[in-house]
Amino acid sequence: MSSTAQAVHYEEHHQGFFERWVMSTNHKDIGTLYLSFSFLMLFVGGSMAMLIRAELFEPGMQLMQPYFFNELTSMHGLVMIFGVIMPSFVGLANWMIPMQIGAPDMALPRLNNLSFWILPFAFVLLLSTFFMPGGAPAAGWTMYPPLVLQGGDAIAFMIFAIHLMGISSILGSINIIATILNLRAPGLDLLKMPMFCWSWLITSFLVIAVMPVLAGAVTMMLFDRFFGTNFFNAAAGGDPVMYQHVFWFFGHPEVYIMILPAFGIISEIVPTFARKPLFGYKAMVYAIACIAFLSFIVWSHHMFTVGLPLGAEVFFMFSTMLIAVPTGVKIFNWVTTMWRGSLSFETPMLWAIGFIVLFSIGGFSGVMMALVPADFQYYGTYFIVAHFHYVLVGGALFSIIGAVYYWLPKWSGHMYSGFWSKLHFWSSVISVNVLFFPQQFLGFAGMPRRIPDYNVAFADWNMVSSIGGFWFGASQLILVGVVIHCVFFSKAKATSRVWEHAYGLEWTLPSPAPHHSFTVPPVIDDSQLAHGDVSH
Amino acid sequence: MTMSSSNCKQRILGAGAALGASLVSMAAAANPVPWQMNLDKGATTITRQIWDLHMAALWVCVALGILVFGAMFIAIIRFRKSKGSVAATWSHNTVMEVGWTIVPVLILVGLATPATILTREMYNATGSEMTVKVTGYQWLWRYDYISYDGKPITKVPTIYSRLAWDSNAARQLGSGIDPNSIVAPDGYHDYLLNVTHPLVIPAGVKVRFLITADDVIHGWWVPDFAAKRDAIPGIMNDAWAKVDKPGIYRGQCYVLCGQDHSAMPVVVKVLPKDQFNAWLAEQQSANTLDKAARTAQAPPSTPPPAKG
Repeated sequence: MSSTAQAVHYEEHHQGFFERWVMSTNHKDIGTLYLSFSFLMLFVGGSMAMLIRAELFEPGMQLMQPYFFNELTSMHGLVMIFGVIMPSFVGLANWMIPMQIGAPDMALPRLNNLSFWILPFAFVLLLSTFFMPGGAPAAGWTMYPPLVLQGGDAIAFMIFAIHLMGISSILGSINIIATILNLRAPGLDLLKMPMFCWSWLITSFLVIAVMPVLAGAVTMMLFDRFFGTNFFNAAAGGDPVMYQHVFWFFGHPEVYIMILPAFGIISEIVPTFARKPLFGYKAMVYAIACIAFLSFIVWSHHMFTVGLPLGAEVFFMFSTMLIAVPTGVKIFNWVTTMWRGSLSFETPMLWAIGFIVLFSIGGFSGVMMALVPADFQYYGTYFIVAHFHYVLVGGALFSIIGAVYYWLPKWSGHMYSGFWSKLHFWSSVISVNVLFFPQQFLGFAGMPRRIPDYNVAFADWNMVSSIGGFWFGASQLILVGVVIHCVFFSKAKATSRVWEHAYGLEWTLPSPAPHHSFTVPPVIDDSQLAHGDVSH
Repeated sequence: MTMSSSNCKQRILGAGAALGASLVSMAAAANPVPWQMNLDKGATTITRQIWDLHMAALWVCVALGILVFGAMFIAIIRFRKSKGSVAATWSHNTVMEVGWTIVPVLILVGLATPATILTREMYNATGSEMTVKVTGYQWLWRYDYISYDGKPITKVPTIYSRLAWDSNAARQLGSGIDPNSIVAPDGYHDYLLNVTHPLVIPAGVKVRFLITADDVIHGWWVPDFAAKRDAIPGIMNDAWAKVDKPGIYRGQCYVLCGQDHSAMPVVVKVLPKDQFNAWLAEQQSANTLDKAARTAQAPPSTPPPAKG
């Protein structure tokens, strides 16, 4: 191959700022763009969360009109899901997958550029709705008609933004599948791949399967609002419940799109700091595949009170409970990986342990709400809010931050501050529980979600939760400091291995990794894989 | 909003007392209390069964949590590199892996079985002695009595149940009214949980609620009845409750329905059966008189109202 010569030529060719960051086709630069974008969006969506918790600090309306509160909760959800969790996982995939499979770059570099650069425009459109007549969409991130159709013309912008985000994630997923299936180094069989690659391979198929479903749902909504159709208009023979079925047929696999890559990350971090191969590698792969399959047949558990027939309630209860089995396998396998290991607790390991605990708490409440009769008492309350924040903040976000702390020395070539990054962890893990644990009590007491004002009986736990919220929000500023210090100011050089027991191809490259990862395919040595001997 | 320190102290004491009371006697007509941490047992056989299921699931989760987190923390303490722990090299164990696939399945079957039986019961509205139609609007509830004791009810006026005016005044942005100052006659702090006209139903009677909406989707829910269904335009859902004890039961709309979603509470006044019958008779006669008066005052050109 002549790629070595080309790469040398490429390295020598000096790129200007515009050419490097806007015209980029390099997987690392695009990964950096994705991660920077989602980092920015984390603070945009986080600011909305701070306003929400400020209004909920005590009963009565102090800061805003109820309608603006609804705009905030709706946009907070959309920004955090489509602007933070999903793009940051794609950013991590961009950075790590070529390095983990021994490839020079992603398979489709120009497509990669396009799939990132769609996103900023989508979010400019989405966020601009705050300044439009009638305000931003205010019917929740789930956008249920008929309520959403009462919004101003801004919903056209929201729908177009969602179309763009969908296109972006589909393109990103096609690229990931093409890369993993075509660019693996010779000898790196599928069942020798790192778990992070496996989790993303399966997630990509979920994205391609369900993003068009969301696009279909919001397109029908667009037609109802602007072109006189009646898909969801009961008065003209339409069915508002059909929207919910279509939406959640997208929405439940979407939940796993936001957590499967997290499973991959944790499966990378835990063996490194346990100095022991990942327990049950194949079971971990099959568990992810199993969860992905089940995610398509559980959607109506988001609609237990909608008036489903008895048979449907029972079916969706059973299928939902089944998901606990492969998920349990993953948790047990991580704990068993730590058992009889030689543990050390560098920052990424702390975040991984935090993930296991917090995600399990979210999983437990998930099992409780799978029980139909119990869900009749939980549905639409703060118990649900607590549940999905435990899995999305304590789960997905913790894994992303853990991944950043795990691979940042590889990306930047420098070590970050151990003290500040550990302070960030302890401050976050305590405050996230002060923030979300009381919300479970509020849900049990009957406080509905999506309300700006509440009865005085809910005042005390809300105040505790808000204090936790401000604390958690402020804690994330430490991350900004740690990352900026590490990338631009740190003097501590990272070794290529970085962590004592880090195995996998990415650790055979120097730190920082060269512009093009593997210009010559590496030789695969089974004993150097993170999950040990896979011949069984 | 500022709160005087004595008021604050009083509230904390009150909260403690309420928390104690709520732990001791969960069965009483239980509306939300400060520092509440668990579901209420509610006021029907169904809600008590749900509470048992909820507690069973909760304890299963707590037990599994202790097991998993316990094992993890033992590993964290015992197998530290700093204590000289040397890593083992094994990476699978078929017996254990099969075991922790099968055991969770058995636990889940143990939870799913009573849940399925209870779901069937909750779906069985046969034998109901009274039917009330519930319609959600932005932002109030409308109640129409359809039938009682095998006979249609025609003369009871429709009840329009919207947020009470004192709560409505206090909830305005910058109203300066302390939400704690809104108190029901029974002493309950009912800010945002009080209405102009509650729904009135009898105790000990199986009441079926037909639930729908007329603009957007709402959700009708009284936690103490576990009667909860989405109120959807164009769709008639049903739920039922047989409430043991008279009292005032409060709930809220639970599906986001626009700007005043937090301001459409559900309040149901449950009367002993004889008092309810008296109330119903009074409503019917008052309505008949009222209608007669209106007919008498109507201009002669108006056709007489249809008899129903």
